Amino acid sequence: MVPVDQYLWLSLALFTIGVIGVLTRRNVIIILMSIELILNAVNINLVAFSHMFGSVDGQVFAIFVITDAAAEAAVGLGIILAFFRNRETLLADEMDMLKW
Amino acid sequence: MVLNSILFYFFAALAVVSAILMVTRRNVVHGAVYLITTLLATAGVFLLLQAEFLFIVQVILYVGGIMVLFIFVIMLVNLDVSLLQYQFNRQRFVAGALALALGAQIFLAIKMGQKSLFPPLHVPDISPKNTEAVADALFGHYMLPFEIASILLLVAMIGAVVMAKRRV
Repeated sequence: MVPVDQYLWLSLALFTIGVIGVLTRRNVIIILMSIELILNAVNINLVAFSHMFGSVDGQVFAIFVITDAAAEAAVGLGIILAFFRNRETLLADEMDMLKW
Repeated sequence: MVLNSILFYFFAALAVVSAILMVTRRNVVHGAVYLITTLLATAGVFLLLQAEFLFIVQVILYVGGIMVLFIFVIMLVNLDVSLLQYQFNRQRFVAGALALALGAQIFLAIKMGQKSLFPPLHVPDISPKNTEAVADALFGHYMLPFEIASILLLVAMIGAVVMAKRRV
């Protein structure tokens, strides 16, 4: 039986990699994919604790997190498409049209 | 039980390695494929945690739905120029250090709380009723959040259609 803290370490590693991806990459699609990675790390935590307490509440929360991830991906990719049509770029540091 | 541990470390190593590759690759399509590998490895971890329903949801919804959406958009907007540009922004060293500091904080938090973790309470060897239990919780106690989630999905669908339309 794998102890619960092993799952927490795995989740921590994925979360940190995701945060590094969000903060350092320039490509917006990679940033969105890193956000998916962060949400996935949260799901591992939720399911591990659900297993530890022997109840399914954590799994229900993980389903809600997946729903949020789907909604976020759909809207985010729509925004990327709309922006790409106007500016022909995918780089986050060139998205400065609101900057005075 | 030994097989359980071996499988867990295999899936964990696969998830972490492909996550690192996802963040560092230059080509976005390669990044998407590595993210799919990470998500499938996570689905394996869910299976080891006896969350069979979530395993199926992860494979069908994440890998089959969200990642296909990502790959579609990548193919719509992919620029050959972007392969020649710098992939990391100017504040990358500060940002990386801050992210590692955040990771170290969470590391300390888990270390401090490690004593209060306990082995699973009552675990049957196989759980044939996982889907039934999830459905009971979802449509019983969590009915209102479930309905709110459906409204969220409706709003996201309308938002995505409006954003992707050429002329509103």
